Amino acid sequence: MATTVDVPARGSARPPAPPLRARRLGTLVLLLVLVAAAALASIAIGTRAIGVGEVWRSLLDSSLSGEEAVIVRQLRVPRTVLGLMVGAALGLAGALMQGHTRNPLGDPGLLGVTAGASLAVVLAITLLGVGTPGGYVWFAFAGALIGTVLVYAIGSAGRGGATPVTLALAGAALSALLYGLVRAVLVSDQQTLDSFRFWVVGSLAGRDATVAAQVAPFLAVGLVLALVNAPALNLLGLGEDVARGLGQRIWLARSVGLAAITLLAGAATAAAGPIAFVGLVVPHAVRALTGPDHRWLLPCSALAGAALLLVADVLGRVLARPGELQVGIVLALIGAPFFIALVRRSRTVGL
Amino acid sequence: MSVDAPARPTSAPSPRLRHGRTFRAGPVSGLLHWRQVVVPVAGFAVLVLAAALSMGRGDFPIGVGDVLRTLVGLGEGPQPFIILELRAPRVVVGALVGLALGVAGALFQTFARNPLASPDTLGITMGASVGAVAAIVLSGSSSTGAILGGLGVPLAALLGALVTGVLLFALTWRAGVDGYRLVLIGIALWSAGTALTDWLLTNAEIYDAASAYVWITGSLNARTWENALPLGVAVAVLLPLALAAGRVLGVLQFGDDTARGLGVRVAGAQAAVVLLAVFLVAFAVSAAGPITFVALVVPQIAVRLTGGSRPPLLASGILGALLVVTADLITRTALPQALPVGILTAVIGAPYLLWLLVRGRRRATL
Repeated sequence: MATTVDVPARGSARPPAPPLRARRLGTLVLLLVLVAAAALASIAIGTRAIGVGEVWRSLLDSSLSGEEAVIVRQLRVPRTVLGLMVGAALGLAGALMQGHTRNPLGDPGLLGVTAGASLAVVLAITLLGVGTPGGYVWFAFAGALIGTVLVYAIGSAGRGGATPVTLALAGAALSALLYGLVRAVLVSDQQTLDSFRFWVVGSLAGRDATVAAQVAPFLAVGLVLALVNAPALNLLGLGEDVARGLGQRIWLARSVGLAAITLLAGAATAAAGPIAFVGLVVPHAVRALTGPDHRWLLPCSALAGAALLLVADVLGRVLARPGELQVGIVLALIGAPFFIALVRRSRTVGL
Repeated sequence: MSVDAPARPTSAPSPRLRHGRTFRAGPVSGLLHWRQVVVPVAGFAVLVLAAALSMGRGDFPIGVGDVLRTLVGLGEGPQPFIILELRAPRVVVGALVGLALGVAGALFQTFARNPLASPDTLGITMGASVGAVAAIVLSGSSSTGAILGGLGVPLAALLGALVTGVLLFALTWRAGVDGYRLVLIGIALWSAGTALTDWLLTNAEIYDAASAYVWITGSLNARTWENALPLGVAVAVLLPLALAAGRVLGVLQFGDDTARGLGVRVAGAQAAVVLLAVFLVAFAVSAAGPITFVALVVPQIAVRLTGGSRPPLLASGILGALLVVTADLITRTALPQALPVGILTAVIGAPYLLWLLVRGRRRATL
């Protein structure tokens, strides 16, 4: 079985700084540097390479109106910002989801986010003729919200309320049902499949600054709720009975966490399409570095998610020049072998 | 409760379970609850009925009585040809696929102690999809694609599933198969498989993409005895082995150390369980495509109906067969437009599991 890392109480080990704390700080700093480097690379690298100096000048001096400055400000920066937001949101939502379901297979999609968003987008395409990434945003977001509310309602309806297992099973079953409906449409409607197949891979291409602005408020609220949820999540990890005994209001903690997951994953899916890999894998990788304490795990997962998504997006632009590979595909194909190597080498940290 | 062993309740979860009876027959003994007998038997009876009903439906309707008579060799006129040559293969493939997926799902869920572990979430069916979609999409455009296309879709799917399944096993193996590691590596394979499939679909001509999409959904259209035969042989060999492994699986549930103490060769048993499940899935998927969510949903339904502590293997298999055959019957008769069976298995199976969850008399555990 998985080994669990003991978390030393803060401040109890006074004389030499505990190695875990040093490792966590190191991880945090490293991730911050990675995110900054990835963001810079994302602005500089593309079909047309732009030097770092030129990037810097274009960012600082808004009066520059050369071709490169326009590319930087109107194309690259919005895309990079969107990538940062989506990656951070998915990493955070994944860590929250795994904490709440206590299941290593828990990704935000399990809560009905992806299935709900997919059904809404399919219906929008087939019934209303919507056909651009910007047009899908609100449909996808509404579908994600409805999906999660349904899963939570069903998962908590049985006796004993919303336990990790009922939530996970309700999510899996409801997703199955919704995907069934999605497939029913797609199998019989080739035109819808033609649009949908490009949405479902997950991409940052073709989204302008308005998409980022539309989802930003939801992501901000989700971020705050997620970070507030961290201590409660640590207590829930001890088991619901212990948590209740320690004065935690289970219902409140679950609701805050699930609201955060819904907002973060729903908005991210709305902006970029379903990207499963970040939410599933990033928390596992980060947990191996920080241990299971959610006060560290959550922020580090957000940073790692952002860095990973940006790197994958840049790689997608480089690998398939002059076209590009969608970020969702690059993430999974290049990320999977790394993740497998990580799982095989390091000890896994249980949930 | 959780994937960690300590969280499992040690006291009997409900008094109902204590009413099981011990039985002893020669060297075999065990504890049996009446529901563990009634559910598979009743499920099998309904399965036969549904299969007969399904074989009777079509342009030339035949009554259930006549179908059953034909199946035991007493048919008259055109009935034997219509039933045995035209309609039976489809129903038999459906039943065998459901059986294999149900048993494999129960094996994975019990082994990983995770109700979400299934060949779908662990990437094995995704591997089959990659093989099949590549065979459909690439056959005209590249030399590797032409080789795959020459194999035919079922063989390409079998190859994809076996490669992924064996990869899953080999990558997880480290002096034994740890359930938790299996799940993590399964996730990675699943995401890689999904990405490859999606990428192939976005690059395909839309006609190819559409026919590949029908395959991904899982369909029983135009299945013949040629599809049923390899699957039938595989199930005939693998099912008894899986049922035999079921007893060891119960012991493995107590943890590696306890199992070793009770005289089980842990590493060998783990390898047997995982590989059996992989092979069952691979043959099932090759015959009918990855009929979605049977392996995920059915064992959970079965465990709730029989009231045991883990998904029962045989009952999962029979209920899986019942689900697929019923879903196929409905797509062919009740719907205005014939949909692939994979859609219906999800649309019927999922609400039933949801209903069981809402109504659940006990706290859900696995």
